[in-house]
Amino acid sequence: MRDRFVDVVTELLDADPRLAVVMADISVDRFRANGACARHPQRVVNVGIREGLMVDVAAGMALEGMRPIAHSFAPFLVERAFEQVKLAFSHQGVGGILVSCGASYDVAAYGRTHEAPGDVALMATLPGWRIHVPGHADEVETFIREAARTDDAVYIRLSERKNAAAVAGADGGGLVALRRGAAGAPTVIAVGPMLDAVTEAAASFDATVLYAATVRPFDREGLRALVTGTDVVLVEPYLEGTSAAEVSAALSDRPHRLLCIGVPRTEQRKYGSAAQHDAAHGLDAAGLRARMGEWLGAVGARA
Amino acid sequence: MTYATQPSNAESTTADTPHGYDDLRRLMSLMTGDEKHSHSATSTLDVLWVLYDRVLRIDPRRPDDDDRDRFLLSKGHGPMAYYAVLAARGFIDEAALRTWARYDSTLGLHPDRNLVPGVEISSGSLGHGLPIAVGMALGLRARGKAGPRLYCLLGDAEFDEGSNGEAIVAAARFGLEALTAVVVDNQSSSLSWPGGIERRFAVEGWAVATVDGRDHSALEAALTSPHPGVPLAVVAVVEPKG
Repeated sequence: MRDRFVDVVTELLDADPRLAVVMADISVDRFRANGACARHPQRVVNVGIREGLMVDVAAGMALEGMRPIAHSFAPFLVERAFEQVKLAFSHQGVGGILVSCGASYDVAAYGRTHEAPGDVALMATLPGWRIHVPGHADEVETFIREAARTDDAVYIRLSERKNAAAVAGADGGGLVALRRGAAGAPTVIAVGPMLDAVTEAAASFDATVLYAATVRPFDREGLRALVTGTDVVLVEPYLEGTSAAEVSAALSDRPHRLLCIGVPRTEQRKYGSAAQHDAAHGLDAAGLRARMGEWLGAVGARA
Repeated sequence: MTYATQPSNAESTTADTPHGYDDLRRLMSLMTGDEKHSHSATSTLDVLWVLYDRVLRIDPRRPDDDDRDRFLLSKGHGPMAYYAVLAARGFIDEAALRTWARYDSTLGLHPDRNLVPGVEISSGSLGHGLPIAVGMALGLRARGKAGPRLYCLLGDAEFDEGSNGEAIVAAARFGLEALTAVVVDNQSSSLSWPGGIERRFAVEGWAVATVDGRDHSALEAALTSPHPGVPLAVVAVVEPKG
């Protein structure tokens, strides 16, 4: 996803004089290697390892009519510089594009300092941000191009985790139904890179499977239209329950029950690979199947 | 657009200005209800007046003009002097001053750019103005606009925020000649800045000057002195916060 991000942004830099990229050392080597730094020295800006400055500078460029992209690892972009995001963008009343990499624990061997399972929950506390969690490089490209065309506040969460194929129709911001269960069957919502594991885990029981690559605004209307039963499972690749309130609000006038699956609020103090962390959290296909099966009871027993 | 010639006798009132320097304390009293103001309430008053009367190329009839100079009040605390100057220069109505800090007033204890014409940034949380100004300067440069200048006002206690250090380094390395930082120093930094704040800018390559923050001529001279290729920092020293 990061390769595609760099390629698309480089192409857009050549075409759109408003677009700028502000970085804090991370990924600068890529824009240097492909010539973007040399071609656009005033619009490809590296402020060094200064993430707070990076976000304030991007917002300052937005105040001057530019369309800035600020980019770094998720914990440094969203968590370290959160007040800058809140005040220099939201409170000033200007938009911009934040693109993070690293996701919840893509570089698990780096440890907790490079993990950001809470980034989406944190960004969702601010009004007006569109939050994309693409599951494939093609979706990344779509969201970047779309964000560059607007003046909106957009957060795009890149990950090394990805699905085998992009989902057609996911670029519209709404839920996409990939499978329709019988009337009354449980509904499973897979967010971004969780889709392939969810598809595999849900293959053996009757369910409606929905895909979301955009979680703010959350497609409440779409969910209302697609849910036919009472049971909803929400599978997110970051902090468990991040979008629970959205699902509950969408179904507030209907009897329903909700299982949230995601990254738990624990300090793992483990290294290794992202796949090992998925397994530890029950976020691989086997873990998802077990957890959904147990919760769904009779439905799961058929799995 | 063209700007009016800068007045040479700044204590006077220019033709299109409703009020002059002598009106500022009365305008402030519309907010504070008090004719007397502490040094800390007026610490920025003379710097603001000199900027708006002698330095900034701005027009209250066109507060969004793309060619205007940009003034960023980073130190958003105690904005009565700022509002008084904005009223004196015709950016806001005098009547608005009487609503200061009320629920539906446009004038809060920290200014909001979305509510007040001529206010470039919403401030209050310290240490954001100078980094944002660096971004605005880079934005102007990327757009090929060499005319507008940026002035960012900070306080010496605000300078405690480390974010200023990030901005000082970047502004110097990027050679942001359009940028001037004005630090009003009323010696209110809890851990102090031994040797003066000026040094912190000078070591990174800024042009620097330290002047009497009540001396209008000295302020004007410092704020308009040429500084080719580098940003400028003017430390305006006023009475200690009391």
